[in-house]
Amino acid sequence: MSLLTPQPMPQPSGATAMPAEWRDFFTLTKPRVMTLVIFTAICGLLAAPGSIHPVLGFTAVLAIAMGAGGSAALNHWWEADLDAGMKRTANRPLPAGRLRREDARDFGMFLSGVSVCLMGVAIGWLAASLLLFAIIYYAVIYTMWLKPTTPQNIVIGGGSGAFPPLIGWVAVTGEITAMPVLLFAIIFFWTPPHFWALALFVKTDYAKVGIPMLPVVAGERVTRNHIWIYTLALAPIAIAPWLIGGTSWVYGSISVALSLLFIALALPVARRNAVMGAGVPMAEEKRLFKFSIVYLFVLFAALVADRALETSNIIGPGLLAGGVF
Amino acid sequence: MTPEEEAEYKRRQRSRNLVVAGALVFFVVLFYAITIARLGSQ
Repeated sequence: MSLLTPQPMPQPSGATAMPAEWRDFFTLTKPRVMTLVIFTAICGLLAAPGSIHPVLGFTAVLAIAMGAGGSAALNHWWEADLDAGMKRTANRPLPAGRLRREDARDFGMFLSGVSVCLMGVAIGWLAASLLLFAIIYYAVIYTMWLKPTTPQNIVIGGGSGAFPPLIGWVAVTGEITAMPVLLFAIIFFWTPPHFWALALFVKTDYAKVGIPMLPVVAGERVTRNHIWIYTLALAPIAIAPWLIGGTSWVYGSISVALSLLFIALALPVARRNAVMGAGVPMAEEKRLFKFSIVYLFVLFAALVADRALETSNIIGPGLLAGGVF
Repeated sequence: MTPEEEAEYKRRQRSRNLVVAGALVFFVVLFYAITIARLGSQ
């Protein structure tokens, strides 16, 4: 596939004569994905040392959400032909013919541009540059280039979901230090076990449209090994904010407990040889997937709670808090 | 275009226009608030 030309998708006649509903534009922004983006961005914002005016904090989160929505719209535009070939996505606004393809592209470009300018003008140009890079990373590097070419696409895609807390943190502090990079790394390493656990028990149509997902290309055994490796790598990274003194024992103890539980739940998944569709219940895989969602929410909430307790002097600061972290 | 289609066409256009107008008003208010917030922090 050419990097700069989306594959042609036949435009349905008739339906496009009507102006699209505003709801279809809203759907292009992937609102469900955006809730996680907003949550992690707010956590990054609240966990950062220092303070930000509530209006500016709201604006930073809004800009991040708009950037995520814009890049999601560009993803819809580029993958319209793939979406048309998959049951799960066939009813999206573009493959269903409720929206013209170029309108989705223009909407995505406009939303992305406005989000970066808003972040730059209201907050600062370092946060705006990170936002711009995140949009390009998701819309171009991931969607157009690596998703259709490598079975490691989930790992790379995880990078785009990892930017919001980093940008939220930088919006407050104005600088990139070890702590926001660790927040980025937590989501980056959390994504593969999360999605591959799902891929083990939910059959997708990706193979039908030529997207090389790991379980299809390399098999379930390799996928299980990958889940195990990324889970082991995630644990020290999740605990690292405490180890480097960026948080107190409150976050430290919660992250240790959560990480041990994650490993305990990933172990049976890694050791099993159950195959989807073979009549074997995939209880372990489903449990790991559900827990991974709880894991991320509780971990980030603990980070915010830790900062709140420290700010209100209920607990002492982290060993090196107030310093470079 | 039948009368029903025309009515639907106008309804969609009107709802989109309202959303765009709402977004514009929101951003006017937001930029005013941003200006006040930034002036206050200097």
